[in-house]
Amino acid sequence: MITLVPKKKRDNRLLIEAGIVVTIALILILIIPWLLTDFRLSLLGRFLALSIAALGIDLIWGYTGLLSMGHGVFFALGGYLLAMYLKLQIPKDAANQLPEFMNLYGVTELPSFWQPFHDFNFTLLAILLIPTIIGGLLGYLVFRNRIRGVYFSILTQAATVVFFNFFNGQQKLFNGTNGLTDFKTILGADISTYQFTFYILTIIALMFAYALCRWLTSGRFGNLLVAIRDDENRLRFSGYNPTGFKVVVFAVSAALAAIGGAFYTIQTGRVSPQLMDIGFSIEMVIWVAAGGRGTLVGAILGTLLVNFAKSLLSEQFPEVWLFFQGALFLIVVTVLPDGVVGLRKLFYRRQQPISTYPNIDLDPEVQSEREHPSN
Amino acid sequence: MLSGLLESIFNGVSIGSVLLISALGLAIVFGLMGVINLAHGELMMLGAYTTFVVQNIFKTLPAPLFEFYIFFALIAAFIVAAAVGLVLERGVIRFLYGRPLETLLATWGVSLILQQLVRSISLGLSIAIATFSLLFFGGMWLIKRRPDFDRIRNGTIAIILPLSIAISAAVSIFLAQTYGLTITKPWFGAQNVDVTAPEWLRGGFPIGDFQLPYSRLFIMAITVICLVGIYLFLQQTNWGLRIRAVTQNRQMSACLGIPTAQVDAFTFALGSGLAGVAGCAISLLGSVGPNTGQNYVVDTFMVVVVGGVGKLAGTIIAALSIGTASYLIGSGNLATIFAPIQPVADFFTFFATTSMAKVMVFALIITFLQVRPGGIFPQKGRNVEL
Amino acid sequence: MNESILVTENLTMDFDGFKAIDNLNFSMAPGELRVVIGPNGAGKTTFLDLITGKIKPTAGQVLFKGKNIRRYSEAQISRMGIGRKFQTPRVYLNLTARENLELAANQTKGVFGTLFGKMSGPERDRVWILLETIGLAVKADRSASLLSHGEKQRLEIGMLVAQSPELLLVDEPVAGLTDEETENVGNLLVTLAESHAILVIEHDMEFVRQIARKVTVLHQGTVLCEGTIDEVQNDPRVIEVYLGQPQSIDR
Repeated sequence: MITLVPKKKRDNRLLIEAGIVVTIALILILIIPWLLTDFRLSLLGRFLALSIAALGIDLIWGYTGLLSMGHGVFFALGGYLLAMYLKLQIPKDAANQLPEFMNLYGVTELPSFWQPFHDFNFTLLAILLIPTIIGGLLGYLVFRNRIRGVYFSILTQAATVVFFNFFNGQQKLFNGTNGLTDFKTILGADISTYQFTFYILTIIALMFAYALCRWLTSGRFGNLLVAIRDDENRLRFSGYNPTGFKVVVFAVSAALAAIGGAFYTIQTGRVSPQLMDIGFSIEMVIWVAAGGRGTLVGAILGTLLVNFAKSLLSEQFPEVWLFFQGALFLIVVTVLPDGVVGLRKLFYRRQQPISTYPNIDLDPEVQSEREHPSN
Repeated sequence: MLSGLLESIFNGVSIGSVLLISALGLAIVFGLMGVINLAHGELMMLGAYTTFVVQNIFKTLPAPLFEFYIFFALIAAFIVAAAVGLVLERGVIRFLYGRPLETLLATWGVSLILQQLVRSISLGLSIAIATFSLLFFGGMWLIKRRPDFDRIRNGTIAIILPLSIAISAAVSIFLAQTYGLTITKPWFGAQNVDVTAPEWLRGGFPIGDFQLPYSRLFIMAITVICLVGIYLFLQQTNWGLRIRAVTQNRQMSACLGIPTAQVDAFTFALGSGLAGVAGCAISLLGSVGPNTGQNYVVDTFMVVVVGGVGKLAGTIIAALSIGTASYLIGSGNLATIFAPIQPVADFFTFFATTSMAKVMVFALIITFLQVRPGGIFPQKGRNVEL
Repeated sequence: MNESILVTENLTMDFDGFKAIDNLNFSMAPGELRVVIGPNGAGKTTFLDLITGKIKPTAGQVLFKGKNIRRYSEAQISRMGIGRKFQTPRVYLNLTARENLELAANQTKGVFGTLFGKMSGPERDRVWILLETIGLAVKADRSASLLSHGEKQRLEIGMLVAQSPELLLVDEPVAGLTDEETENVGNLLVTLAESHAILVIEHDMEFVRQIARKVTVLHQGTVLCEGTIDEVQNDPRVIEVYLGQPQSIDR
């Protein structure tokens, strides 16, 4: 928090930041479409959807220090929830009112939990709430026992495997491995003709997600998240119970992942259990790490950079991509812990003035005495 | 009924023993350094591929020898995995001690590289890697002897690294264009490979109306031998004592002159070697592919979480219980047992596939952790989690 | 006994057969400044762990203002009015000194209170005054990781005070400080003792002499003796524990 800065100046800074965000959004909407081919533009739309999920990862990992290796679950859940609505958009004159894969597996009656997804508003609500609740519940069960660090990470990984198996195994409910695909209409409109609208909606959603994360990570709440990362147990002796904070943050990040997943699904036209693959969930973390953990801009930037690199590389040399990705993990962790955003520090670190000397080694007099021992 | 029960127990224990042998190395490493190695599964996979290679070598030898290839394969798998583990520890993990989450990410990167390496390794690629190692490490070794090495270190790396990459890439491209497929053909490829068990491991030991497969009995035997070996090693030898000392109190051990860095490297190699042995064991159960490790590794982590890091016994109990639970639920035995009570039976029938069993076992693990968050044998004492 | 702020009755903590705290009876009056000394392994830190709820006693109970704290979590106990400073300074390194204090000073420590609550004027003033008191006003917006060891010690004491507890538990506040810093911390504690009850654990006898009115000696998890610093130093049992046996080379 920048409390030293007078209130008016702080408001100004916020205004400037908001201005920058809106400008970038306008550039993305008005100018970029003229510069990119349709194919690249559709990729950009998808990657922006991924950025929303990345913001969620940054919130829990970058700020709060909880490494989730299972956000693919929430991402895919968001996709599935929207896809369930889309699969129910069946023309009135069709032979029966079931998604076609159910006919294949001999299902005669729509499972009861599919029923409410006829309603668009319910679907939107479900995309927001169901992952939030699942995330909150899982988080609560884990955090209240003070399971953290590596334990938490591998439990989230196991959860991913579990959800993968569940969705993969339930052919009659979710079409198993193939997932839900072949969407036709949304709210009566043809999906394929409205891709640019979804692109714009994704950008708007990303703006909202950014604003939400910005609000959460500034001020006392944001400081508290950082304090959880630094020394969670100390916090208990200051009278805070970290469990509640962690549950809330985990649930919010699950919701962000789900929103990202929904926008991703409508742009790719397909959701399948592959999104719950272990690898995909960890990949999300590396987007954030490559961009710069603990900075919101870094999360978005990293997602776009890594994914464009991925699509370029895997078009040209499909074999190299895994090597490259593996190397990326190693490099980011060992050499670039602050990611791309951290690189800028290299340039201005030297000019940062030190007004007082935290320890004797930084005292210029001591330094000069060391350099000229003869004096 | 009795033989049915026996069969369930046998199958449960046999799944458990596979889990146990894979988790053993992981548990030791995690206990010592608090590091979870996400590439553990890939080390198992390397062990399995080593078995495949050894088998192929023995196929060229006279017939009776082939029957015993598995013992050589066990040793070879241990050595290969341990060597890779050692490189991994010296090259990556030791820079990340005290940052367990970063270690997770880094080892995940390693696991991706190893997977792809197995898919695309060919003569050309190995020549390229060899050239690179020679140039880079040779160059570093030469420059290390200069007195001002510390000062020029980063600059040197910045020059030598891209240079070595470029040269080795050029060499491999040149070779590929000159000799074509003989050089670029992958040794294993992306397909799964099959390990043929020796004659005496096929078939099974008949009890009543079902058989105990010899291969599973063999795996149990390996598991028991490894367990006893590890136990004796930790309790009776000098290095075992050092490992236990560092596990309990790293700073104090360092003060007493125990070379903790060496202990770390040694333990990591040992744990990786055990993963190799586990890989050799699982190659007897089915075909082996680049993704083989992934199938086992998550269950293996759960064993460590449930077992806790306090005692080896925790790992044993956890592995056997998870194995038995998975089998009982997955095979539908529980559904049969509860057949008289319809709703309960329906409930268990819903989970009666291997993949759905995972769902339920996970739920059970989460429930268990509500009661004992630190696992069966948690670490104790005042200093835990300061 | 009712007016005591902190009472322990037959407190026992058993770590798998090792009794770190053994049948400890102890009481402290409100506003008292008490120093607890004892050789290494006497159970001093375990004692604090028990009072703050970090571990739960095997037997016996801790009463804070007459209330048994067994049922409460660390966070709840802290909110009841017990603050603790750790042996090695534990501050949030990636926050500034001011942010550290603001977190401690926050009066609504629930999730939503922290998220939606604005910092009140008095809270802000308190933080400012505290920054002045602990001498970190100049470095208020410097990341805590850049502070020196002594500054971190003072910052942590400041955070403790910001919580406005009724009882302060201070574990070895002057370990690793220079003489001058030691004296500063001593004065700080004496000032604080005017408005709080303070329990200090310390090894440094010079420092104990500077601040102590009443001293409790712990040995093997029980109270060996209690009294003024002079009484304690001349007590034959204390001398034996600290100096008498050749195998205990503690201070």
